[in-house]
Amino acid sequence: MGLCLDTLFPSKTPNCNNFFQGYQPRAASFLPRGAPNFAFRAGTRAASSISQRPGSSHVSFPGAVKSAFTSDLNFALSANSPALPTYRVVDQDGNVVDQSFKPDLGDEEVVKLYRTMLTISIMDIIMFDAQRQGRLSFYMVSAGEEAISVGSASVLDEGDVVFCQYREQGVFAQRGFTLNDFMNQLFANKKDPGKGRNMPVHYGSRELNIHTISSPLATQIPHAAGAAYGLKIQRMNDPSLPPRVVVVYFGEGAASEGDFHAALNIAATRSCPVVFICRNNGYAISTPTLEQYRGDGIASRGIGYGIDTVRVDGNDIWAVREVTKKAREMALEDGGRPILVEAMSYRVSHHSTSDDSFAYRARVEVEDWRRRDNPIGRLRKYMEAKGLWDESKEKEARESIRRDVLKAFSEAEREKKPPIRAMFEDVYEELTPDLKAQMRELRDHLEKYPEEYDLSEFEGGIRFTHPPFLNSS
Amino acid sequence: GSAELPLEVRNSTTKRMNLFQAINDALSIALTEDENVLVFGEDVAFGGVFRCTMKLAENFGRDRVFNTPLTEQGIMGFGIGLAAEGMRPVAEIQFADYVYPAFDQLVNEAAKYRYRDGSCGRSAGGLTVRMPCGGVGHGALYHSQSPESLFTHIPGLRVIMPRSPLQAKGLLLSAIRSNDPCVFMEPKILYRAAVEQVPLGPYTLPLSKAEILKQGKDLTIISYGQPLYICNSAIQKAEQDLGISIELIDLRTVYPWDKETVFKSVQKTGRCMVVHEAMVNAGIGAEVAAAIQEHPGTFIRLEAPVARVAGWSIPTPLLYEKFNFPDVANVVADIKNLTINEP
Repeated sequence: MGLCLDTLFPSKTPNCNNFFQGYQPRAASFLPRGAPNFAFRAGTRAASSISQRPGSSHVSFPGAVKSAFTSDLNFALSANSPALPTYRVVDQDGNVVDQSFKPDLGDEEVVKLYRTMLTISIMDIIMFDAQRQGRLSFYMVSAGEEAISVGSASVLDEGDVVFCQYREQGVFAQRGFTLNDFMNQLFANKKDPGKGRNMPVHYGSRELNIHTISSPLATQIPHAAGAAYGLKIQRMNDPSLPPRVVVVYFGEGAASEGDFHAALNIAATRSCPVVFICRNNGYAISTPTLEQYRGDGIASRGIGYGIDTVRVDGNDIWAVREVTKKAREMALEDGGRPILVEAMSYRVSHHSTSDDSFAYRARVEVEDWRRRDNPIGRLRKYMEAKGLWDESKEKEARESIRRDVLKAFSEAEREKKPPIRAMFEDVYEELTPDLKAQMRELRDHLEKYPEEYDLSEFEGGIRFTHPPFLNSS
Repeated sequence: GSAELPLEVRNSTTKRMNLFQAINDALSIALTEDENVLVFGEDVAFGGVFRCTMKLAENFGRDRVFNTPLTEQGIMGFGIGLAAEGMRPVAEIQFADYVYPAFDQLVNEAAKYRYRDGSCGRSAGGLTVRMPCGGVGHGALYHSQSPESLFTHIPGLRVIMPRSPLQAKGLLLSAIRSNDPCVFMEPKILYRAAVEQVPLGPYTLPLSKAEILKQGKDLTIISYGQPLYICNSAIQKAEQDLGISIELIDLRTVYPWDKETVFKSVQKTGRCMVVHEAMVNAGIGAEVAAAIQEHPGTFIRLEAPVARVAGWSIPTPLLYEKFNFPDVANVVADIKNLTINEP
């Protein structure tokens, strides 16, 4: 007999005795964690029955069915496993070392890739300095990692969905984010799709299928697994849809977060078409990789999750492209599966404008990397060897890019900020009564103390609760 | 609840269901009416440890109803990614006590997705997270918790707790159809104990709308979920003994909650009490009491302090549950304190 609900639902349960007496509810079916009640008839069995045949040479415990028995007591020694190799196409001097490699781009397209990397690096220098002058609140450069972002993005389909960490401006640029788009976000003006809510460098684009960046590290990795599963189901429901993958970027530091583990495991068990791209640049702010992990980088972990994995030279844009192309293909095979790519590089820059990296590493080490090997220099050498590029083209390119950046910079800086109303919108799909009341409360306060606040740069000023802003979203 | 339902639903065929069956029925309807709905979590494929997902994998396929690895942060992150690409995931956390590994994903990601994406327009709004909650007599520290007030401090989430099978079905269907991420908390003691006639067809009950379960004029009791039954029993006794009339309100959605209905009631009665299982400190009662005294029209009508009948500020210990969660005697005692003016 259940709880009596008559007074709550008089029309539905007419016969009920004393509610007070009736308050002796049976405990609900209650199972401690990890102890499922098999007294229930299981509706579905996940796996067929596994049993150990007499004299078997292999373990048949459910957890590892292909493991051979051995009479040698041997621990698998981590130190004895050779480090996974790093794939490269072009060496530090710009020479092709993979003889099977055939460039799939025409000369003009190669130059375009180069210019995209150069654009990012020049924008980085200008914006880093602009932050130092106090003209924007924060910035992060991607120096040394331009080939990873530009190279991988250059072989994706437009429909592929991308999740970033924050050091992937090259992905945005390669997919069509303009200098104006970058600047509008950095200056949080009214053309910023984030409506001035996010810190600089937290870009996002609906048209380009790149989800908006958030600061918490690694949270986007399980998002990518889920999104990939969504794309897979959508295509099952409508086979006319084109095959798509999800690509997610993260650093080697973020890979220490629990979300990395959760994401790779869930992507493997649900066969999600997702490519995980780790940027291993040697540092997470001040923490060197020796304090981040003791295994063979991030790549060695992929195998443990049952995920096919490759390590690539992240300073070699050709290698990054080849690896990403292949990874995308593999991710779509057999109904979908995850692939892990670890791209090795070196963070030439400070972590951010709030960081002075010479507090924890030698200036000479950084200078050495900058000089000896970087992705832009390497592609330049390749292009020069082919006669596609020279000093005067370099000079002209740098000057025109610099002009374009400064033009977008000053346009964005002059633009008005979004209406103050934007601070209350999009918390929920609709403004709640509470948020409407709080918005009016703020408006009343600003009206009462106008000398305390400068509203001139905000679109519509004090009129943010009134039309035309009332109905705009 | 039933008065809010359209006539054709009220007059439709009903079936006697307990709370887990009503949840199962709602999930089955959601899976039928929208191919983007997916149901997943730990052990949901065989029917769930509380039987809420029984037969769903067989009926809708293992691509749509499936087990995940044992990782709450993974379940939540996976669900957010699905929702952000236009799906309607219904994720299950096996016990509300185990939602904390997923807290970062809920607070920083699900709740803020729409806000930070701005005019890009993506959100985690398709996500519904179900979790059994509340005391069960012997659940001790990690099978008894009611963490709803932790979620109510997170703008962007809707937090819902049903009290009965009919209500659970209507509110869960609303949560699944809602374009805001919803935390749907199911009092597990009611899974088998609460039984009533439930309409078989699809129907919804409104979110962020309280329900007046019983009219009264001397005192308002505000509660939600399982303690409503305790309040109901206490009201019967108190009304008999004291000759007063008490109004009972079910919040249903604890955030964003229906202030208007509560204020109106307290303005009429002048006295009120909030009852919940979760700890008294910074609980739902704190928010409701503060809002009541803050509202000028309600403050001047108060004839007694706002009372809170809630769990002590302790973890939920195994042996002592009956001294911890509010019971009928606690509620009756506080009704007396509030209404009998002793010299």
